[in-house]
This record gives sequence, C-alpha cells and structure tokens, in this order.
Amino acid sequence: MTRYLLAVDFQPGVVDTPMSEWKPEEITAHLDYYGVLNRELIANGELVDATVLTGPDLAKIVTSDGRAPVVTDGPFQEFKEWIAGFQIVDVDSEARAIEIAAKVSAVPGPGGVPLQQPIQVRQVMDQAPSDAEEMQGFLDQVTDVRTSGGDHR
Amino acid sequence: MPADVEDLLRVLAPQVLGVLTRRYRDFDAAEDAVQEALLAAAVHWSKEGIPQQPRGWLIQTATRRLIDQRRNERSRMAREDRALLAQPPPADVPDGDDTLIVLFLCCHPSLTPASAIALTLRAVGGLSTAEIARAFLVPETTMAQRISRAKQRIKSSGVPFRLPTPEERAERLRTVLHVLYLIFNEGYVSTAGPDVHRADLSDEAIRLSRMAHRMLPDDPEVAGLLALMLLLDARRPARTGAGGELIPLPEQDRTRWDRALIAEGTAVLGGAIGGGAVGEYQLQASIAAVHDRAARAEDTDWSQILALYGLLDRMTGNPVVTLNRAVAAAMVHGPAAGLTLLSEVEDRLSGQHRLDAVRAHLLEMAGDTDAAAEHYAAAAARTTNLPERHHLSRQVARLRNPVHASAPAPGSSGAGARPRQGGEPP
Repeated sequence: MTRYLLAVDFQPGVVDTPMSEWKPEEITAHLDYYGVLNRELIANGELVDATVLTGPDLAKIVTSDGRAPVVTDGPFQEFKEWIAGFQIVDVDSEARAIEIAAKVSAVPGPGGVPLQQPIQVRQVMDQAPSDAEEMQGFLDQVTDVRTSGGDHR
Repeated sequence: MPADVEDLLRVLAPQVLGVLTRRYRDFDAAEDAVQEALLAAAVHWSKEGIPQQPRGWLIQTATRRLIDQRRNERSRMAREDRALLAQPPPADVPDGDDTLIVLFLCCHPSLTPASAIALTLRAVGGLSTAEIARAFLVPETTMAQRISRAKQRIKSSGVPFRLPTPEERAERLRTVLHVLYLIFNEGYVSTAGPDVHRADLSDEAIRLSRMAHRMLPDDPEVAGLLALMLLLDARRPARTGAGGELIPLPEQDRTRWDRALIAEGTAVLGGAIGGGAVGEYQLQASIAAVHDRAARAEDTDWSQILALYGLLDRMTGNPVVTLNRAVAAAMVHGPAAGLTLLSEVEDRLSGQHRLDAVRAHLLEMAGDTDAAAEHYAAAAARTTNLPERHHLSRQVARLRNPVHASAPAPGSSGAGARPRQGGEPP
C-alpha cells in the first residue's frame, strides 16, 4: 500500500461560476457527490485523512529573519494555486490514486457539468513521519543514530 | 465494557484520585496511577463482575501502581513509601468533596482553557487520553502531551489540594463553569471536523454539570448552566438534516425535540431562579426556555427574549450578545432596529463572520436581497466551521436564484447563521 496526497486548489476547471452563484440544489448535488465518494473510500479502508481548509480571506503569510516576523494579511491576488483541501489515501497502486483523483475532478457543478478541476496527485514519502506519534518515533530514532554515531570511544 | 461498569468507574474516578492525592500529595503521579487502575478495572470487572467494594478495589490497585511507579524511579523512594504506608491514612472527606476538589483543581485559572478541558475530561470524567484525543480530532501523542503539561503546571503552581477559600470561591467557580460550558459547546457546535455534533462531548459536559449541581445544589449559576445545556441539547435530534446539514432554529421540526430534557431543564431553571442573584447562565437558560416553549417558530415570545438579551448585554458587555439582541429587536421592532444595534458593535466584531451573517439576515428581512447575499458570501468566506460554510453558501445561492427560493417565512431564512442561542461563553 502506498500513500498519496490528492490536493485540490482554487483553479476553477471548466466552470467559471463561483459556488456563490450556483443554485441551492446544485450545491447539494455537489456535496452529495463528495459524500458518496468519501463513503466509498472509507468502506475500502483507503481514506487516511481528509482536510478542508478555510479560504484565502483568513490566510496570512509569515516571513521572518529570526528576529521580527513579518505577517501579511489578505486579500491576496495570487491564490488560485493555493491548496483548498486535500485527502490522503492509502492505495494499492498509483493507478488507483489516479482513479480516485479523476472522481474528485469530475465532481458536478452548475447544471450537473463535471467541474474538471485539476487535482494534484503526490506520493507521500515512505518512512517519513506523518503525525505527532510517528514524528516522536522518528525523532527518537534520529537521536539514537546521532548519539551512537558520535560515540567513538 | 458493560455500561454499568463504565458508569461506575467514571463516578469513582475523581473520588479515588482525591483519596490518593491527599494521601501521597502528588496529583500528577496519582492521576496516572488512577488511569491505570481504571484500565485494570475495565478488564477485570467486565470478566469477573464488579467487586464487593469497587471503590476500595480501585484505591488499592491505584496505590500499588503509584508505588511501583516510584520504585521504578528511585529505590530511595521505596523507603519513603514504606514509611507512608505505615502511617495511618489521613481521614477521608466525603466523596462528593473529593470530586469537587479535583474539579476545581483541573479548572485552575493558571491553565489555558484547552488544557483545563483535557485535564477535566481525564481526571474528573475518567475518559482515557485516546478517547479525549478522538473527541478533539488530534493525535493521541498531542493530547497526552497537553495533559502532562497541564499537570506539570498545576504541580509547579503549588496549589494546595483543598476546596477554594470562601474569598476565592466565586471566581474559581466561574472558571469551572466556563470550562464545562466550553466542553458542551465543543460537542454542540464543533469547531473542527465533519460532524456538527460531537455528541459524546455534550453528554459528558451534561454529566459533569449534573455532578456539580448535585454537589452544589444551592448555587443558582451551576443550576443555570445545567438548565442551559439541557434546554439546548433537547433540540439535538432536530438540529441536523439527513445529510448532516445544519437546520436553523425556525426551520426545525419541533416535534423531534426531546420533551423530557425540556421539562427537566425548565424544572432545574425554576429551582435556580428562586435561589438568589441572577447570573449569565440563568439568563441564557431563560432565553433557551422561551424558545423551547414555543410549539411553532411563529409562537416565539420575542418581546421576552429581547428583554432577556437586554439584561444579558448589560451584565456581560459581550458584543456577541448584542448580535443576538439585534436579531430579537428585529423580530419585535423590525429590521431597522436590529441594524441600528449592529452598528454599535461593528468595530468590535469587524471581520468576524457572525457579524456578516446577522447583518445579511436583517438585510434580507428588510428586503435588500442583493446586499444580504453579499454579506452571506462574506460570512461564508470567513467561517471556520464547514457545515456552517455550506449553510451560508446555500443562503447566497437561494437569494441569488430567486426562482428556486422556496418562499421562506420572512426572517426565518438566515437564522441558522445567527450567533448561537446562548451567545458566546461569558
């Protein structure tokens, strides 16, 4: 099994109408489609994580030289390629990850037309920590290696 | 684990922790030992049945764990333990007092709300770290660290293990009630995750508040908080639709409300109001009771609600209460009155989605559909709650596609985007 991140951004696909202009039943159909897909992924034991992010209105950009951090508030002009949300799936093959990404991209928009939003498919590094627990284990390992490596007596 | 075993363990958990902490004067270690004893009991009692003296069994098991723990640390400690064991244990206080002391300790003002919540759920509620982590959707390691930090903080603050003095009591009780309220709210309108309700947390907050009410039956604010939770929780079956979407109060199917909870909440509130000073929770509960009393949304006694929000606003000065008051004012005197009130808190709430949502709702009542849609859209872009974002987006869609609007009653459509019934935590 291999983990993949499937990320969606703010690029509109083939439909330019923002969701705020859709009809209520189109919004419902859109959300239901995601519901069915996520249920399928859960039932298959493929869904590891699903995260929906708040939009650019609430975002901040932080840079720092180590002393005084600089915080930039929105509104931001160039946010189309920012991540809007992602799923992490644990699947048998890259082909399956692509199949799921295709389903995400085909989510219906106004008039039931598939949105065709671009979905990033990114394989997650093997042996890399992905939550606090795994990070703790990973750091302990690193410490072990360092201490033993540095001991030349 | 059988339900009776679980219920018993969770009632006994803070009592046993109280006994151990008083005997060994180490809250941190005692708390770990009690958790281990609870786990051991869950296994043994489920298989072999509840022992004759469950409390004694837990105290003995936890004490052994505590001693083992210390032995492992240093053998020097073992000698001290033998000396401690040889001493007659200090006189125990009534169990209720121990539970209360543990509750006050876990809601200590030196802790951040997040730490106090986690520690209270574990030490008073008897939940495991894994259960608490699940409820807050964070990894177990993260939650374990949060709890352990909280215990360290209590240790270093040197708070004695006893009830607060009469002088500090009111302030300390306020913190306790606030923590319980936050736990309830976390379950009622979760701030994270796909489900609007995290029922377990609401249930747990109600259980803990019942416990507090039993121990402090004469405190009107404890009763007020319990009543508030019961009166809000009664609506739980009607608050979400089949697809998990939020259903605003005016559109809820009131036949699905839990009548038994409403009756209980009303009775608890009735008992409190005779009991002295009127506080914030009693006022919030009174408002919830007025809503719960109306068989249909249009039967709601908005004049009374407006008067109660007026009192609450004066008492708290909380701008979110003013938002609620504006909605009530609009229902009584028309949308212009509500919009005027909003302008009073504009500066203090600027950028918050609730201000936009309420303004949208009032503008819609006033017939300004375009401006209403614009403010709903702004609110949708700023809320951090996903079901609420969906709800707000639907409001925009409804207003911008008038053909599809299903003729909502004036003033009912945006109600779900209103600030929550009771307003913000005081």
